[in-house]
Amino acid sequence: MASSTVLIPPRHYLNDGYGIASWLLTRDHKRIALLYLATVTLFFFVGGAMAVMIRLDLATPAGDLVTDETYNKLFTMHGVLMVFFFLIPAIPAVLGNFLVPIMIGAKDLAFPKLNLFSWYIYVAGGLFTLYALVTGGVDTGWTFYTPFSTVSSTTNVIPTALGIFITGFSSILTGLNFIVTIHRMRAPGLTWFRMPLFLWSTYATSLINVLGTPVIAITLLLVAAERVFHFGFFDPRLGGDPVLFQHLFWFYSHPAVYIMVLPAMGVVSELVAAGCRKPVFGYPFVAFASLAIAVLGFLVWGHHMFVAGESVYSALIFSMLSFLVAIPSAVKVFNWTATMYKGAVSWETPMLYAYGFIGLFTIGGLTGLFLAAVGLDVHVTDTYFIVAHFHYIMVGGTIMGYLGGLHYWWPKISGRLYNEGLAKLSAGIIFIGFNLTFFPQFVLGYMGMPRRYHAYPPDFQVLNVLSSAGASILGVGYLIPMVYLMWSLRYGRLAGSNPWGAVGLEWTTTSPPPTENFTETPVVTWEAYDYHAPAEGHVA
Amino acid sequence: MSPEAAHHPPVQGLAHQFDSLEQQTEATTLGMWVFLVTEVLFFGGLFMVYTVYRTWYPDAFAAASHTLDITLGTINTAVLITSSLTMALAVHSAQLGQRKLIMIFLLATMALGGVFLGIKGVEYYSKFVEHHVPGPSFHFEEPQFAAHAQIFFSLYFLMTGLHALHMIIGFGIMLFMLGWTWKGGITADYYGPIEIAGLYWHFVDIVWIFLFPLLYLLGGRY
Amino acid sequence: MWTGTPLFPEAASTMAPRVDALYFFLLALAGFFSLLIAGLIVYYAVKFHRRTPDQVGAPIHGGMVLEVGWTVIPFLITMVIFVWGASVYYAMARPPDETLNIYVVGKQWMWKFQHLDGQREINELHVPVGRAVKLITTSEDVIHDFFVPAFRIKADVIPGRYVNIWFHATKPGRYRLFCAEYCGTRHSGMIGEVVVMDPSEYQAWLSGGTEEGSLASAGAKLFQDLACNTCHRADAQGRGPVLDGLFGKTVQLQSGQTVTVDEAYIRESILHPTAQVASGFQPIMPTFQGIVSEEQLLELVEYVKSLKAPAQGQGQTR
Repeated sequence: MASSTVLIPPRHYLNDGYGIASWLLTRDHKRIALLYLATVTLFFFVGGAMAVMIRLDLATPAGDLVTDETYNKLFTMHGVLMVFFFLIPAIPAVLGNFLVPIMIGAKDLAFPKLNLFSWYIYVAGGLFTLYALVTGGVDTGWTFYTPFSTVSSTTNVIPTALGIFITGFSSILTGLNFIVTIHRMRAPGLTWFRMPLFLWSTYATSLINVLGTPVIAITLLLVAAERVFHFGFFDPRLGGDPVLFQHLFWFYSHPAVYIMVLPAMGVVSELVAAGCRKPVFGYPFVAFASLAIAVLGFLVWGHHMFVAGESVYSALIFSMLSFLVAIPSAVKVFNWTATMYKGAVSWETPMLYAYGFIGLFTIGGLTGLFLAAVGLDVHVTDTYFIVAHFHYIMVGGTIMGYLGGLHYWWPKISGRLYNEGLAKLSAGIIFIGFNLTFFPQFVLGYMGMPRRYHAYPPDFQVLNVLSSAGASILGVGYLIPMVYLMWSLRYGRLAGSNPWGAVGLEWTTTSPPPTENFTETPVVTWEAYDYHAPAEGHVA
Repeated sequence: MSPEAAHHPPVQGLAHQFDSLEQQTEATTLGMWVFLVTEVLFFGGLFMVYTVYRTWYPDAFAAASHTLDITLGTINTAVLITSSLTMALAVHSAQLGQRKLIMIFLLATMALGGVFLGIKGVEYYSKFVEHHVPGPSFHFEEPQFAAHAQIFFSLYFLMTGLHALHMIIGFGIMLFMLGWTWKGGITADYYGPIEIAGLYWHFVDIVWIFLFPLLYLLGGRY
Repeated sequence: MWTGTPLFPEAASTMAPRVDALYFFLLALAGFFSLLIAGLIVYYAVKFHRRTPDQVGAPIHGGMVLEVGWTVIPFLITMVIFVWGASVYYAMARPPDETLNIYVVGKQWMWKFQHLDGQREINELHVPVGRAVKLITTSEDVIHDFFVPAFRIKADVIPGRYVNIWFHATKPGRYRLFCAEYCGTRHSGMIGEVVVMDPSEYQAWLSGGTEEGSLASAGAKLFQDLACNTCHRADAQGRGPVLDGLFGKTVQLQSGQTVTVDEAYIRESILHPTAQVASGFQPIMPTFQGIVSEEQLLELVEYVKSLKAPAQGQGQTR
């Protein structure tokens, strides 16, 4: 199944033009994906540095490492950078951009110039936000609750809000590009139900991007406008309602968490299929579950506001819907697990990340049930229980999915293999560091430690120290891949077109692929993950 | 030359990622529809804020609405609807490949759009003179409604301002289409760009159709 | 049942055991499913570990029974949790009819408590054990949140409106109070204590050291000082509605809607008097926004609450 000759093709997308202009003015979706890779990695490490500071400060109860003001700015910026500049773009803009045209059998996305423009918008928004950071920071929390953000905070709220506003258009345009590409540019024979599940997840994510992001855009614009012009939409002294902001904010920000996790789920489907060399169990159910998550995800925003003054009846409706949105995620977890039954199960690094995702996402998702139960949410909301819950999903889920995908497609992207031993070691360090960081936070939360607290009662210290210790381990775990992945670019073994022996259009072309992806447009006559009757031209 | 370039000779106006002009037109049209959906959500946030405050303060909103010039608003509505007509005629001319007519209708659309913006400017100026612009110099004649009327005017300026911004962007698009048509890039076989420009312009028109009654026609008239 | 340990909070209210029961059920459920999935993954990874480089997995595409099963069963389980959580929440949202009321004003970065008989406290709240206590809360500036982990209660404290939160403490002791909605620089310093006392001790505490009169009597003085009594006369000859006995009644507004005269309505009528005018009256009352503080508003509200219905034969007919 693996090819016998391991060669790097003479002409491919990385050497098709040299010089900075060929990168900054490229229309090639693969190069744009790498532009995004560089920038999201940068934001990840800046946001990560803030996390290190936060956990260092929280190792002692008195909050004596940084001042209150600095601490408030640290957690705000950590949230803003991680949510808007890393988690939301990472998988779609890096892996999605690289893979969508190839998995579809096309030469590029529907709108390549728009794709490049999206990257520039992302960078512009990021620069605004970094400017806000270096000229004093912002201390409203990434949630910008009013009236604190509109009336009380004295920090750089407006540039931060504008930075996020600008970057939002990057998400919208990328989502638009993916939707049109998937609808209109599939290769001959590639019906919807023959598509790899990564494309279904990307499609569902793009729907959310396109429908939800405009709402946060207008909401942040309103915050900025209120700060400048004192309109009073969210100021009770002028007849406004501060809770209205929360409805507008969470109407986007809840679906946003599905923007963050759905692509990772798509990656996991690919990793599990390739790692077990069999079709994902219940393919149509997994595909529809992605769509169900996207739709239901728009109906549950009020579960962030159970104690914020919404009516009892609204709370009950949002609670019920929040339980419903858990079901399709559970269906996916069961289907992935069932895929492993009688599989040819690999223990290579990408698959380890996939298994880690399934386990940690399950824990994170189950703790979501605790939160959907209103009577229990009253006690744990706004505490470290929530912090633990969303980090299990975002870090234990999304980031593990992202790293798994990065490792799996690294040979395709770079033409090289990375060091498997170091990769497995990092995956293990990350898994241990992650759980040590965040599991104690569930306990802390139920004990009553509120979130966004700079100092805390001394009897919470032991759990906080455990968490901070875990964070230092996790940080090391994230740094090691940077080293061996970069090293592999120059010194890694050549990968060949299909080092995993996997099935999928991307594995039929060279590593790295040519600029136009395929030498001939593929004609697809096989089902997805067809490991059992490989048709002509299907496996390299 | 790559093998697939040998399969289809270069078609004028066909971008490299597409296999045919038909696919290109379908893709760009779908792209514009998706974009318009995002615009609906974008304006939708403002309409939601409007809905909440109008439900809570109907009398203040009615009083504030009465101070808008309904004559100018109605003229503007007629102007904008007519501009949608000229835009539709531009698309029709494009379908028939009539280059000169396309340009005439595009220019007519822009001219009507300019009239709309001019009248809007007059209205904004009169609001400024009457001290109805939110901020430190805001003053409303009926003091019991003042605070909530300020919310109305905040929404008025935000919503019509955002709408006007979209019209100005529309001008840019029209100019671009004019240039494209002049250079002969629009034919009866390929007029997709004019069509999607038309979609955008009609959307801008529809937003105004909603804005007009919600802002100008509240509370019955005198 | 439980006293505080390093890993579990004290349970000191009637709601706490109910919340904890639901929590333990969910812990068991989550533990079961996490271990099940993790266990299966590890088991399958070992049992079906790829043995040769070219090995492929079995050609299994799916199974309808399993799909239906693992959709329906989680659905049923989640509905059970929903009902349970809803019933706990409903109890939290409906205070008993008889409560000891205390006013709470949150402001950056402190808690101010006003007992009805005039006692004021800052950051420390004394309450009796074994009685339902209702806190009527508001904020002076940004959104805060009143959170007592030992009671398992929490509610955002919002500027511009009153939010009620109630509890029934079951054990004397001192329990931590946190602000749980980020509110600026000293958010983590906005902490305090709820001191739950035996009834006799509470009485002793109450009677020691009330400098001013009760909230209602302070309100009565304000009512005169601000000349409210010139329009709101008990003999129905003023230009405003009679307030005696009005609290708790349903009145009709000019718009045709009806509204219950509760604390929020009284507060709204003082700050935005033309918003909800009673039927039959002109919208001529001036606003007192900016003239009265939140605490003065509480005093006026308590005063109006204290006004008894007029004797028979007098009414506010117009």
